[in-house]
Amino acid sequence: MNTGMDELYREVILDHHRSPRGREPLPGPADARAEGKNPSCGDELVLELACAGGAITGAHVECHGCAIATASSSILAELVAGRTPEQVRVLAEAFRTAMHSADGVLADDLDPGDLEVLTGVRKFPARVKCALLPWITLLSALDAEGEGKPAAPATTEA
Amino acid sequence: MTSRGDFLRAPAGVEPCDGQAGDCSRCGRIFSERFPLLERQVNGRPLVYLDSAATTQKPGAVIAAEARYYREHNANVHRGMHTLGVEATDLYEACRSRVGRFLGVPGERVVVTRGATSALNLVAGGLGSSLKPGDEIIVTEMEHHANLVPWIELARREGLVLRHLPVTADGELDLERLPQLLTPRTRVVALTHVSNVLGTINPVAEIAAAAHRRGALVVVDAAQSVGHLPFTFAELGADFLVFSAHKAYGPMGLGFLVGGAEALERLQPVEFGGEMIETVTMDSATWAAVPYRFEAGTPNVGAAAAFPAALDTIDEATLQRLRQHEISLTGYALERLERLGGLTIFGPRDAAQRGGLVSFHDPMVHPHDMAQLLDSQGIAVRAGHHCAQPLHRRLGVVATSRASFGMYNSHDDIDALVDGIGYARSVFGA
Ligand SMILES: Cc1ncc(COP(=O)(O)O)c(C=O)c1O
Repeated sequence: MNTGMDELYREVILDHHRSPRGREPLPGPADARAEGKNPSCGDELVLELACAGGAITGAHVECHGCAIATASSSILAELVAGRTPEQVRVLAEAFRTAMHSADGVLADDLDPGDLEVLTGVRKFPARVKCALLPWITLLSALDAEGEGKPAAPATTEA
Repeated sequence: MTSRGDFLRAPAGVEPCDGQAGDCSRCGRIFSERFPLLERQVNGRPLVYLDSAATTQKPGAVIAAEARYYREHNANVHRGMHTLGVEATDLYEACRSRVGRFLGVPGERVVVTRGATSALNLVAGGLGSSLKPGDEIIVTEMEHHANLVPWIELARREGLVLRHLPVTADGELDLERLPQLLTPRTRVVALTHVSNVLGTINPVAEIAAAAHRRGALVVVDAAQSVGHLPFTFAELGADFLVFSAHKAYGPMGLGFLVGGAEALERLQPVEFGGEMIETVTMDSATWAAVPYRFEAGTPNVGAAAAFPAALDTIDEATLQRLRQHEISLTGYALERLERLGGLTIFGPRDAAQRGGLVSFHDPMVHPHDMAQLLDSQGIAVRAGHHCAQPLHRRLGVVATSRASFGMYNSHDDIDALVDGIGYARSVFGA
């Protein structure tokens, strides 16, 4: 590949794109749910979370988006299970910061998994939104869960 | 019901493309050496520009004319008594007449706007006060948001009923549905001349005739056709036509509303201020004549000074030749993309029934990824919903990739595109 394409389409990302995690429906009804949209390109995502004992036990994502959005949603599904909503918020915020920073470093104690690879997308400004879409949808689902009302659709536009 | 108009076919005696008589298997570029930007490299490769439906590149003569305006003539229009003011006004008005001549209408029926979008907002907003709750507007399912959202907003504000003319599986307007949709309450039929996604050329004259029998006004979005298809305003039979200069080899920030004399008189101004008035007291104002009453404030004079150079370039090539060229490129693109296999290709199969663009969907490679990977090869295409979300919903995809052509493209560019798609697929292991 050339001109940075191998940096954007890293093998890890292509793998998540080929076999995305979190595609199986949740075993029971969702405890939190949100929809996300990127109006500038039409990408859409539905995220459902199952929670038990103060932690997220599983995520189900349906993502109609590009490889970057799909991989990001797959990594998200992999990472949120077993964390508390608070930990997940911290992780989402750290990822957002990393995507807008020069070095893109995520602290090891966040246990960021493949998210570390995804921060390479920050070098392609037009694609940052694609990587963030699942994460803003996640925040929207958590907000709604906290307030016990349906989530407002998340959008990548301010 | 058929009458796409003979103007879609090459008139007798017009040589296809670059003059390779008979079957034109590969055509050369037209005037490509006049477009300075095309010399640049992108990502280390020679640029292959296949996004002319979003905006065409500009001939050097256009760029030079805009620069010359600011270097030599810059002044405000219609107000200066001084020499520069007179020159600027002359250039601005010369653009109006040139556009009129290009479309076969007198200059007084050409309103200068910021672009097609602002012209459509002017038509929708300007007709608003003459419409009553319950009046009906017909739009088609293949509209660009620019010819949809202003009508949605007007309908919401004035209590109008919006009706939709659907698109068939072949990507054409479902004309059989038109008679049911046209009612005695239909006031406006708004449709695109050429779809910016499907490429479909709509039978505007036929639809306009049907709409006029019901007393409705017809608004045509010609953003994708002016400068690409040979036609005059009268041939379309519409009441209003809009387009943007920047899709017809001209500068950005400039567009036009062309109208019938009566239709323009019916339109109320939607922007108010300087330049559009006749007399103003502290409490009242009377409007200037058409078209000036629709041109409040300082217009884009630099762009207007430059646009005639674009129309001159088109006329020098002749629209007939440009049209043949686009048909040839589109036909070749359809054939090569079809042969690649696995792609969904949208719109009519016959290149002579379409504008110079092809939208496609590869189930293996999302349009964003496709556009990104093509860009890495120096190939510029557009990916997304192309400001036509309802149509994409109808097509059952959220996004498509679109390659679109201008006079400067050649069969080689389409070969590059096909190779680029192969490369994109290889990245995804497809
Ligand atoms: C069919 C059609 N209508 C309207 C527009 C809007 O043109 P502009 O953005 O120049 O106002 C476009 C441009 O994308 C178009 O393709």
